[in-house]
Amino acid sequence: MVNVTSPKRTHIQQLESEAIYVMREVAAQFERPVILFSGGKDSIVMVHLAKKAFAPGKIPFPLLHIDTGHNFEETITYRDWLANEVGAKLEVRYVQDSIDKGRVKEETGPNASRNALQTITLLDALKELQIDCAMGGGRRDEEKARAKERFFSHRDMFGQWDPKNQRPELWNIFNGRKNPGEHFRAFPISNWTEMDVWQYISAENIPMPSLYFSHTRPVFRRNGMLLAATDFLRPMEGEVLEEKIVRFRTVGDATCTGAVDSFASNLQEIIQEVAAARITERGGRSDDKRSEAAMEDRKREGYF
Amino acid sequence: MSTQDAIAPFVDASYLNMDMLRFSTAGSVDDGKSTLIGRLLYDTKSIFEDQMEAIETASARRGEEYVDLALLTDGLRAEREQRITIDVAYRYFATPRRKFIIADTPGHVQYTRNMVTGASTAELAIILVDARNGVLTQSKRHAFISSLLQIPHLVVAINKMDLVDYSEEVYEQIVKDFEDFAAKLDVDDIIYIPISALLGDNIVNKSEKMAWYNGPTLLHHLEHVNVGARRNLIDFRFPVQTVLRPNWEYRGFAGRVASGSVKPGDEIVVLPSKQTSKVKGVDGPEGPLEEAYAGDPVVITLEDEVDVSRGDMIARRNNMPNIGNVVEAYLCWMHETPMEPNKPYVIMHTTKSAMAHVSNLTYRIDVDTLHREQATQLNVNEIGLVEVVSAKPLTFDQYKNNSETGSFVLIDPATNVTVGAGMIRGASSTVLDSPGEKEAISRDVVWEPWNIPREEREARNGHPGSVIWFTGLSGSGKSSIARELEKRLYARGAQTMLLDGDQVRHGLCGDLGFDNDDRNENIRRVAHVARLFFEQGNIAVCTFISPFKKEREMARNLIANGRFVEVFVDCDIEECKRRDPKGLYKKAMEGKIQNFTGISSPYEAPTNAELVIDTAAMSVEEAVERVIKHLEAGGLLPS
Ligand SMILES: Nc1nc2c(ncn2[C@@H]2O[C@H](COP(=O)(O)OP(=O)(O)O)[C@@H](O)[C@H]2O)c(=O)[nH]1
Repeated sequence: MVNVTSPKRTHIQQLESEAIYVMREVAAQFERPVILFSGGKDSIVMVHLAKKAFAPGKIPFPLLHIDTGHNFEETITYRDWLANEVGAKLEVRYVQDSIDKGRVKEETGPNASRNALQTITLLDALKELQIDCAMGGGRRDEEKARAKERFFSHRDMFGQWDPKNQRPELWNIFNGRKNPGEHFRAFPISNWTEMDVWQYISAENIPMPSLYFSHTRPVFRRNGMLLAATDFLRPMEGEVLEEKIVRFRTVGDATCTGAVDSFASNLQEIIQEVAAARITERGGRSDDKRSEAAMEDRKREGYF
Repeated sequence: MSTQDAIAPFVDASYLNMDMLRFSTAGSVDDGKSTLIGRLLYDTKSIFEDQMEAIETASARRGEEYVDLALLTDGLRAEREQRITIDVAYRYFATPRRKFIIADTPGHVQYTRNMVTGASTAELAIILVDARNGVLTQSKRHAFISSLLQIPHLVVAINKMDLVDYSEEVYEQIVKDFEDFAAKLDVDDIIYIPISALLGDNIVNKSEKMAWYNGPTLLHHLEHVNVGARRNLIDFRFPVQTVLRPNWEYRGFAGRVASGSVKPGDEIVVLPSKQTSKVKGVDGPEGPLEEAYAGDPVVITLEDEVDVSRGDMIARRNNMPNIGNVVEAYLCWMHETPMEPNKPYVIMHTTKSAMAHVSNLTYRIDVDTLHREQATQLNVNEIGLVEVVSAKPLTFDQYKNNSETGSFVLIDPATNVTVGAGMIRGASSTVLDSPGEKEAISRDVVWEPWNIPREEREARNGHPGSVIWFTGLSGSGKSSIARELEKRLYARGAQTMLLDGDQVRHGLCGDLGFDNDDRNENIRRVAHVARLFFEQGNIAVCTFISPFKKEREMARNLIANGRFVEVFVDCDIEECKRRDPKGLYKKAMEGKIQNFTGISSPYEAPTNAELVIDTAAMSVEEAVERVIKHLEAGGLLPS
């Protein structure tokens, strides 16, 4: 993104530079960092940035995926392709293993989800791999509570975050000092908005999983969400299975990630959707599927 | 405007060409800060529909006449009610011209630390003033912190104009009051905008109710103010973050250009080791670059195999930062456990960490009155001028010139928590310039900026400049020690010069006698000469009887803090008389010399000399050794 002829820098260039700086700080200050990879667009952007941060070398840390076992096939295919493409080591830990070991108890019922369970699998994985810093694609604009998150976020022995007791973060100085047994989460794209992420993906031509673009698939409606029918999720009685043109805005656990009606089949159209949701004044838009679609982009799987 | 028109700027390529402004907002509780931020988000259509619906419902439920935009940034209100730590929150919005990052800093009485945090990356600060209350102590505090942190642009937003009938007089009075105070500060650009955050006057659209106001609206100003003023594009500094070694041929130093620019072929120096080389390549994330500028993430490769690791800094050979273990800095304390001098801390400065301690708390600043106070510690939210000693040498610039290389944090090694934020003022007290506040300049000093800063000369010399001032009776042994000391310093490669009393009496002060006035004039002249040598980066070794305390103080005050070493060569008068190397005591006692110190003129022995040397108990060699040890310990001589 760097323009060679003048010192002027756009906001995207500044955000990219900041993210690369933070990633290099992580690489320098920690012994065993990882990138948490969920298959979602933010973590895809993270991998892309990491590649840039350490070029011409390889990404000096592994990608860690916590697999709920309820992933779309496309996610797994994309994940394996990406890891291979960037030459990074891929570590996968399965929620199913945590269930089998009795570390967690599977929820039951029609709305059962493994979203909450993955936290335990994640913490176990961090311990097992002796990870001292886990980088995630969290952004401050996602929700109010995140507006105060730090770039370097300290976690205690139990992996807990204490929002009342965060370290002040000034200038570009990131304090990653910790005691043995503690670890950090780092958020290199803290200052990016959803729009920045999509625009960056588009400008950088980052290949995205097909799930993000509109396609036809069998879906059914539950709790106001359009859920994809998969091997592990079937409609119950009274729920109608139908073929629809949809896309996903977040890609996570298939049991709780809703699809939306959308004809956005390329990045430009996705950007239009996102822009429409943000910019449109209220009124007369309740039927505007595109805005409804983009809005849900902000609801994210529960990695953090 | 149709939806398509409204979203157009965000979907086409122009989005990628926008620049960015980071600004902070500060105001006292209830000045309307949340409302203002909500208003900016709302009027720039940065609010999602669901959020909007939620606050409309909430406002209607409370029976409010207007939609309470403050609810958008509601997080803080909840915190306030729960009395938990109020913290800086970051918010985002964009217009077709610019992307904005707001550091929303709660302006509660105690939250200096939040303001400092938010201000550390801001290029503009909005200070809210309630038109009904005028300029309060807290507004002054916000302005002072903004100037201390060197935020280039200040906006004083005079809010709630609707409650003062949009009165021009009220506005003018506040402008005047603020200007009176701001005159004491180091801020170049202040603009005053009368607004109503609640009703939207002069936020995005020009207010019809304030036709008398000719300035820009707030958003117009935010969109057009010059960005990048914080970026130093002149002095190339490159703190090395990490070394990349993907294969045996490639060894690159990864980092972000902190300031200045760099291109292949540049002659560079690695600090603090001072190894020199040439830039072979500058690689950006997408490959080789012709030139990289402040803020760019790059990997630099060098022509020679030099030893470089994290924490080192690459600079240009003819433009180096300061190198030293002692810095003088404004320190803002951020933790409930107070700062105490001599307690061990960890300093993080650029990409370097080292053990450190605060060797001296010169004074504490009352952030409301700007008064300086004696203090023995800094409590949370207090700011003081301190001297920090680092175990490893730091490569730094003045914060005023370079916030990247002029800032640091202190960490408590026991808890690993960040406890202090520092802004470097200089290698040590450079008395003559200071960010944040204008300082009274010593009456003794005719202030002309030195053409080439002493720091640069010192960097070239490889040691700090200093003045070693020997005082003592005639025959006490001052000159013997001073002469030997100078030879030793010279042999070690130091830049040094001896100024001897007898010598100057023949030339520079040949017109002076020995009465009190002439003695004073004698010391005044030589002190200024010592200063010149000092500013040239020399270790000026001075040996003068200098019997009067006041004159020695005068000499000391001409020299930067910590750089004036007074050595009292203590010798009993009877012993001096016995030695009498030049036969002067004899003549004085015979009355052939008037006003002879110790005989017919008093000697005021120093009570606060840095060193006392008893020549009756010490050889010249031993005395010189002691002085050298002292210089080494104080960082005035590389060991
Ligand atoms: N009349 C009037 N009231 C305002 C204005 N701005 C804020 N307020 C009111 O002042 C009160 C405090 O505002 P708030 O934004 O919560 O202040 P904060 O504590 O600085 O965040 C609220 O009741 C607002 O509605 C204004 O421009 N005019």
